[in-house]
Amino acid sequence: MSRHVETLSQEQRSKRILTFTFTVIAIFYVLPIMLVLINSMKSNSYVNMETFALPNANSFVGLDNYKTGMTFGNYPFLKSALYSLFITVASSVLILICTSMAAWYIARVGSLFGKIVYYLCVFSMVVPFQMVMFTLAKTADTLKLNTPWTIPIVYLGFGAGLAVFMFTGFVKALPLEIEEAAAIDGCGPLRTFFRVVFPMLKPTMISVGVLEIMWVWNDYLLPYLVLDINKYRTIPIHIQYLKGSYGTVDLGATMALIMLSIVPVIVFYLTCQKYIIKGVAAGAVKG
Amino acid sequence: MRLWKRKRDNAALNSILIRRPIQRYFWLFLLPTFAAFCVGFLYPFCKGLFLSFCKFKTTSKWTWVGLTNYAKALADPSFMHAFWYTAIFALVSLIIINVLAFAVAYVLTQGIKGSNLFRTVFFMPNLIGGIVLGYIWSMIFDGILTHYGTSILLETKYGFWGLIILMCWQQIGYMMIIYIAGLQSVPEDMLEAAKIDGATKWQTLWRVTIPNVMPSITICTFLTLTNSFKLFDQNLALTEGRPFIMQAGGLTVKTTEMLALNIVNSFYSTNVNSRGVGQAKAVLFFILVAAIGLIQLKSTRSKEVQQ
Repeated sequence: MSRHVETLSQEQRSKRILTFTFTVIAIFYVLPIMLVLINSMKSNSYVNMETFALPNANSFVGLDNYKTGMTFGNYPFLKSALYSLFITVASSVLILICTSMAAWYIARVGSLFGKIVYYLCVFSMVVPFQMVMFTLAKTADTLKLNTPWTIPIVYLGFGAGLAVFMFTGFVKALPLEIEEAAAIDGCGPLRTFFRVVFPMLKPTMISVGVLEIMWVWNDYLLPYLVLDINKYRTIPIHIQYLKGSYGTVDLGATMALIMLSIVPVIVFYLTCQKYIIKGVAAGAVKG
Repeated sequence: MRLWKRKRDNAALNSILIRRPIQRYFWLFLLPTFAAFCVGFLYPFCKGLFLSFCKFKTTSKWTWVGLTNYAKALADPSFMHAFWYTAIFALVSLIIINVLAFAVAYVLTQGIKGSNLFRTVFFMPNLIGGIVLGYIWSMIFDGILTHYGTSILLETKYGFWGLIILMCWQQIGYMMIIYIAGLQSVPEDMLEAAKIDGATKWQTLWRVTIPNVMPSITICTFLTLTNSFKLFDQNLALTEGRPFIMQAGGLTVKTTEMLALNIVNSFYSTNVNSRGVGQAKAVLFFILVAAIGLIQLKSTRSKEVQQ
């Protein structure tokens, strides 16, 4: 009996040690982001020399970096943030609506053409972007898809594969009887889809939506090649432009912009954490 | 393929109620996605495949050169260097990321205090974009290396290990989520049986837990592998291929340049005459990535059968 109690407390002790170890690791894990925050409040020359020191009387510049960062690189940061936001939202909404409709058609009609489209979509998932980038950028140019207002169509085209694949799999698992009942009650295909099927697709919508939002928001190469970057810049393009093109940059201001671009991501993550983790896990098991 | 067979049994094909009316709305349901798919993928893919056999500067002006581009691509020392660099990087990151992610997932499923909080923290870096990640870490590495009078851009080994650390920070959380899902599906009675039979924790881990999470291990292995091979943003932002080494023939080899960056550079940075070679490299790259994907599909399918 006494031995049993002893082992229990030993296990508790080892659990406590693990919690402590993981707390330390977790602090180190968020340290890079803390460092960005700290350094975004230092003047340029101190960022490189005293990266790990807290700001002191000499280096502290308050929110000055954020002010200069706003117009840094002769391009308003706010503009690139709005372009990023618009492109992400528009592309994700377009992908969710169009591909779920296509998936319903493919699953329910089962025609040869539908099957061909489905397998082409599966095929497109293994093709890396570098394979199509040059010709895609040229095609987008010719078809005048090279503005933030039309680039969602390019995203729909290149991102359709995964979304169609995931939606088709889910639609096939839905019971056909519900749709048949709707049809008997006089619903046309449009009403059946938007009133009956669409609500049932909600879990997959969230998974696919999370994956698309994360992809489009962080994407650098596709918008860089498709858009005219003197006029239109998304956040990743803007940050790469600032760091890449100048020899010596204002590191403090860059850190301020990086901080501003991380904050919405962290807020998004903390508010929709449950869905994000689920969506990511679902997307990973796609093979 | 299996899915279609199951569906035919489902009698869905015979459902006139559903099938015919949808088919009439082809233009609304399938056409928009298909049209965008042609513009955004199908046409560029076919044209790209075709152009890999041509010499071209723009997509409209080309001359057929056959397999010359492929021969040039394979003879390009910078491409071969990028291939080996990427392969070694993929192998090292695969081992480190998976071992650490599994260890973290294992501890977090033992019911220690604050598991949810730790999970949240470890997953977070995954959502930050590659470009931003690259610049965060270049600040940190240079902050350390400046004190030793050097920089991440000056030595290949710093660039290599720097990118490994960056990728670990980003991907461990992601793989951890998959491992946690796998660990939670290990049958409780099996673990209990092992305990009753007097197995030590270590034995239970090797003999019961790991065989049961094999599917998760396969998924994570291939995910880290393809992620490393397709890596671009982080590579561009962290070192952009620096340091460069001039070779005897006047050729420059970018020592930390990976495959994807090498392909982009042969399109846009160096002389425009090498675009055909760039496209040929892209086709080879596609074949490589697709082959890894196919092996993954095969191995996950065969595992499913075994169970």
